[in-house]
Amino acid sequence: MTNFQVPVWGYWMMGLGFAAFIGLLIAYIRKNRGFRRPIFASPYMLWLVIFTVIPCFLVAYFSFTDPQGNFTLDNFKSFWDSNFNARKAMSPEDLALYESMGLSLDDLGLGRDSINIDTLVFSLWMAFLCTVICLLLGYPAAHIMADREFKLGPTLVILFVVPMWMNFLLRTIALMSLLEDNGLINNVLEWIGVGRQKLLNNIAAVQAGMVYNFLPFMVFPIYNVLNKMDYKLSEAAMDLGCDKWHVFYKVTLPLSVPGVVSGITMVFMPAVTTFYISRLLGGGKVQLFGDLIEAKFLSTSLNEWNVGSALSLLMMILILLSLGLLNKVDPEGEGGGMI
Amino acid sequence: MKKIVCLVSVLVLCVSLLPLNGAFAAQEVVNVYNWYDYMDETVFEIFEQETGIHVNKMYFTTNEDMMVQVRVSPGAYDLVFPSDYCVERMIAENMLAEINFDNVPNLANIDPNLINPGYDPENKYSIPFMWGTVGILYNTTLVDEPVESWGILWDEKYADSIVMMNSMRDTMGITLKYLGYSMNTRDLVELKAATDKLIQQKPIVKAYFVDETKDMMVAGEAALAVVYSGDALYAMELNEDLDYAVPKEGSNVWIDPMVIPATAKNKENAEKLINFLCRPDIAQMNCEYIWYSSPNKTAIENMGEDYTENTTINPPQEVIDRCEFFHDIPDNYLTIYNSFWGQVKNAR
Repeated sequence: MTNFQVPVWGYWMMGLGFAAFIGLLIAYIRKNRGFRRPIFASPYMLWLVIFTVIPCFLVAYFSFTDPQGNFTLDNFKSFWDSNFNARKAMSPEDLALYESMGLSLDDLGLGRDSINIDTLVFSLWMAFLCTVICLLLGYPAAHIMADREFKLGPTLVILFVVPMWMNFLLRTIALMSLLEDNGLINNVLEWIGVGRQKLLNNIAAVQAGMVYNFLPFMVFPIYNVLNKMDYKLSEAAMDLGCDKWHVFYKVTLPLSVPGVVSGITMVFMPAVTTFYISRLLGGGKVQLFGDLIEAKFLSTSLNEWNVGSALSLLMMILILLSLGLLNKVDPEGEGGGMI
Repeated sequence: MKKIVCLVSVLVLCVSLLPLNGAFAAQEVVNVYNWYDYMDETVFEIFEQETGIHVNKMYFTTNEDMMVQVRVSPGAYDLVFPSDYCVERMIAENMLAEINFDNVPNLANIDPNLINPGYDPENKYSIPFMWGTVGILYNTTLVDEPVESWGILWDEKYADSIVMMNSMRDTMGITLKYLGYSMNTRDLVELKAATDKLIQQKPIVKAYFVDETKDMMVAGEAALAVVYSGDALYAMELNEDLDYAVPKEGSNVWIDPMVIPATAKNKENAEKLINFLCRPDIAQMNCEYIWYSSPNKTAIENMGEDYTENTTINPPQEVIDRCEFFHDIPDNYLTIYNSFWGQVKNAR
């Protein structure tokens, strides 16, 4: 393997990105006859191009090429069959040798394997569970926080916000030491007579970590919508004879749908791409799709980058689809105001 | 007019993002790229005082990370601390400069057994900085029997109190050793056997960790763990119940060498720093800070009996003899290794 270089058409891509950006800028200024607003947006646009648009192009570029820069679809075949690259890497001598020994590829453990697909399905399932749990925990919490008669509401909001000032990794590591065998929670469980439990290094621990980290992303969009809601609507409903349950069911709930949709998307997206949380709390035994992609990019053999890019691209398509869903239900982006 | 102003401001923005190379060219510098927490940084202060050369410190967390950085930013690093098998690859890819040993007279202090290792057979490109072994760290209150074989890691008696290494080469390597094969094997039948062995072991493994392992062992969270000898020493300092053994089937012996990238801009300063780090008093400072074995014989002799008789930090020759160096695995075989390791990590 020679030194890695961005291939020629990678540069072309970047060049085209820049040209398109500057062209757009000029066209916009001409249309507005001067630079009243667009000039203020240009630093952000530049940021967007360098750190979002170009990397996206590069991911797409890598997922359709091999390490030498030639077009290929093999990276997507690797998604379908995780041993595809390993089989391709076998030398003809090796193939002949093992065939003469009467060993098939399946005997060697290099037959078709659906690790990537299984992991994606597992990740989707974990993200789905996480979203449901966050919704069940988050909606009541947001509702209580937005309730005008509840005096401690603002205090609760602060209690939700303060932990977010800390880095999420730090919080997850703290969670680790709480959950470990000789940790605080197990000591309490032993003291009250329940006995020590295996709380760490399993799927439940990973799920708990995900819910813990992503719950604010569910609570705040809902809280935001409920807080902005005109209280007179509830009063009017009550004047017209609704009891509390019906006020909630007929007025509050329908009005909070944009917040709920926004919350679902904001929890589901990071939950599908979770990595690291799973490594810390799952003890490296629970692999999510994010861990799989990370492992591809940390590998010394460079062709894994291309497979990793293909996996990322599929992930991005998935997220784009869920974003599209959000736009259908909440076109004004009401729910996302707070974050 | 306004268009021109606009274009100019965009250009200025673009240019301001370029790094200001050479802005500080007046001062002599050496750019060091090292593992996190792998150097007693007071030695850099001493170096700066003695030579007036300013040390720029940069850090990496994995070999893979480091390789990528050295490739994509030529000239940014003058002295790098890769693992041994990476040196082999960097030599093969012409990424390293030959060291001028006339500038490194302190090489005389280095243990001759550790010079001319497999990864740099003619000893042109590297000088050992630290070295050690891979073995089992165990808690004597939880493990009654003597730890002699890797097989103890497959004993169901210790279910849910075994910590394995989350590192492909190391974990595959010790399993291959346990089965009586080479850790550098390219035989797929052997690799498949090791993979099956690891998948069979997975239900009784508590976790796959690297950096977290030593703290778990100190806290008494697990009975047995696969660790580097340096981590073992650190943990044994903090918890008296812990002990370390290199199993009889043999293990990995590793060296972390110092190398100079071919693109280095301050090669002579890097050689000065290498020579400085090979000085016995400085090697001793680093050894006492990092707790890995020092290849510096003079430093070890100066450190007294406590140190020379500690078999973890200073393994006897017969232990080294049954151990094996990692060699670089060519890319196509590495892809196969990755596939097998993926099967282990994703087994349910």
